[in-house]
Amino acid sequence: MLVGLCVVTRLVAQDTSAIDRGVRIGIMYHPGVRPGLVLLPEPAAASDSFRAIVARDLDYSDRFEIISLPGSDSMVADGPAAAGPHAALATPGLNYPLYQALGADFAIGVSLTGDTVRVTVHDVTAGTIRRVFRTALPPLDSPRFRLVVHRIADDVVAATLGTQGIAATRVLFVMDGKLYQIDADGAGLKELRATPGREILSPAWARDGQHLSYMEFWEGHGQLFIEDQAGRRRAVTDGKTLDFTPAFSPDGRTLAFSRATEEGTDIYTINTVNNCCVQRLTVGRFSDNLSPIYSPDGQRIVFVSSRAGLPQVYVMAADGTDQQLFAPFDYGATGSSNAPDWAPDGQTVAFHRDVAGTLQVFVLDVRSRTVRQLTSLGRNSDPTFAPDSRHLAFVSDRAGYRQLWVIDMETGRIRPILEQSGVRLPAWSPQLPEPAASTP
Amino acid sequence: MKRPLLFVLVSVVTAAAVACGGSKPAPQTTPTPQPSTNADSAAARARQDSIAAAAADSARRASEDADRVARQRTADSLAALGRATDAVRMELTNMIHFDYDKAALRPGDVTSLDQKIPLLQANTAVTIRIAGHCDERGSDEYNLALGNRRAMAAKQYLTSHGIDAGRITTVSYGKERPIDPGHDEDAWSKNRRDEFEITAGGDVLKQP
Repeated sequence: MLVGLCVVTRLVAQDTSAIDRGVRIGIMYHPGVRPGLVLLPEPAAASDSFRAIVARDLDYSDRFEIISLPGSDSMVADGPAAAGPHAALATPGLNYPLYQALGADFAIGVSLTGDTVRVTVHDVTAGTIRRVFRTALPPLDSPRFRLVVHRIADDVVAATLGTQGIAATRVLFVMDGKLYQIDADGAGLKELRATPGREILSPAWARDGQHLSYMEFWEGHGQLFIEDQAGRRRAVTDGKTLDFTPAFSPDGRTLAFSRATEEGTDIYTINTVNNCCVQRLTVGRFSDNLSPIYSPDGQRIVFVSSRAGLPQVYVMAADGTDQQLFAPFDYGATGSSNAPDWAPDGQTVAFHRDVAGTLQVFVLDVRSRTVRQLTSLGRNSDPTFAPDSRHLAFVSDRAGYRQLWVIDMETGRIRPILEQSGVRLPAWSPQLPEPAASTP
Repeated sequence: MKRPLLFVLVSVVTAAAVACGGSKPAPQTTPTPQPSTNADSAAARARQDSIAAAAADSARRASEDADRVARQRTADSLAALGRATDAVRMELTNMIHFDYDKAALRPGDVTSLDQKIPLLQANTAVTIRIAGHCDERGSDEYNLALGNRRAMAAKQYLTSHGIDAGRITTVSYGKERPIDPGHDEDAWSKNRRDEFEITAGGDVLKQP
């Protein structure tokens, strides 16, 4: 039996040098708020692949203070070198006072027997085992492997903090006119679709995590499609007009989108069940209305309108009534604001705004209707919320090229998830459902 | 785009002119000398043959000269027509440009549109497509709307000056088709544009 262990500790104030200098946010957490975690070394290298993924996922959750055990460089240290002094600790009857002394709140034991992963969540403070769960691990070369391992990390987050993790999620994006997905930890890059002679833009997820929508653009035409996880797709609009920025309603039965005609650009909805019943929600005449996104409860739609001159962020009821300004701006001073996304918890809307000729990510607090700027280093655009409502993926050229980055709004921590350049229009998935075991 | 078509047209007309040249009345040639009375003799017949041959040769050369002149004249007038077509086409497809994040027509570009109006009025068979484009700085998706509005701005100006709306279609490319791949204001200012394409009736264009 192979045994590994993670330990969680009390957070001490994090070194703020880790926070991007271009990020203007306050330190939203306080010393002691974030629990610490230690992952005990694994006595054999056999399980490194999944242990490394779990360890990184827990780190990327930004919810724990990860504590290195004395004598081991990291929680993913491999093999015998790190195993010796700690192997005994990983057995039942954990030396809780020792881990408490290290500042740990939780200790996570991860063992692999055959293809079964056994995860033991120790509550160090209480000196008890809080939860034990087992997961069948698919073969390393299975397409399900990574997702199953990510789900283990999310289960650890749920068992320790009672909240949903974001490891078992993916980000859709566009590069060179093709549609890609990547795991939230930056691995598993995969091309989903390329259509010769057409450019794919505006990818969007349905809340079920099983369907996505996007537009194909060619010669000024834009056609909307819905595609499932098996790659089967169907056209939603006919491509005679320029349709773009599709957005699913929470129940998945309606797609809101932008349609550009010789009357301007306005927001429409279409019934996706019967591909019928197109309704027009805005009548712009001399202004454009576009980029609709439903609120999580499906009652409202945030959108962009140029009714006051430059495009800004507005909100309306889902039937198109009660249109009003959402993100305040200074008329004549504030730059264009675009690409809104509504956080899954409903409390925040992220968007980008032109600041002195370049784009920066902003967030709007829905209740107080105040905005704050999240980024200032380079060009930062197209924010998209993770299902935990605290992480945002966005496109940034802070490292020289337009790449995919993630920011944690709570800690301000920023990390790249894809260092290839030319990334556009990311869309972060909801929590993904358990992949069907029968699927090859 | 239409240049190869025009070239073919010119070639066909020129070829037709050459073919027709043969039927034109032959120009005045040297009078054929009267055959002498002792035409029976072989020498005399030979002499007469050579005279006839010389006359025929001379006539042929004269005819060829005439053809060449006619051909030149036709070519000249076609070239003139082609030059007019080129000039009109150039004027009609002259791009206009926009300020950053704006779809308002700039005064200099209004002048460019003003120059298109009489040309569209003089060439009633012409239909055009206006394509609006943006630079890379702005929002990807908003640029589709902005490009659309830029194309609409030019169309609305032309239709408000009497051009039938049915002759003008508009399309937006957003920021997807830059003509200058650079990343500075020089490139951006070139990329914020309306392109005008003649979609029909542009083979032969006349000046107003």
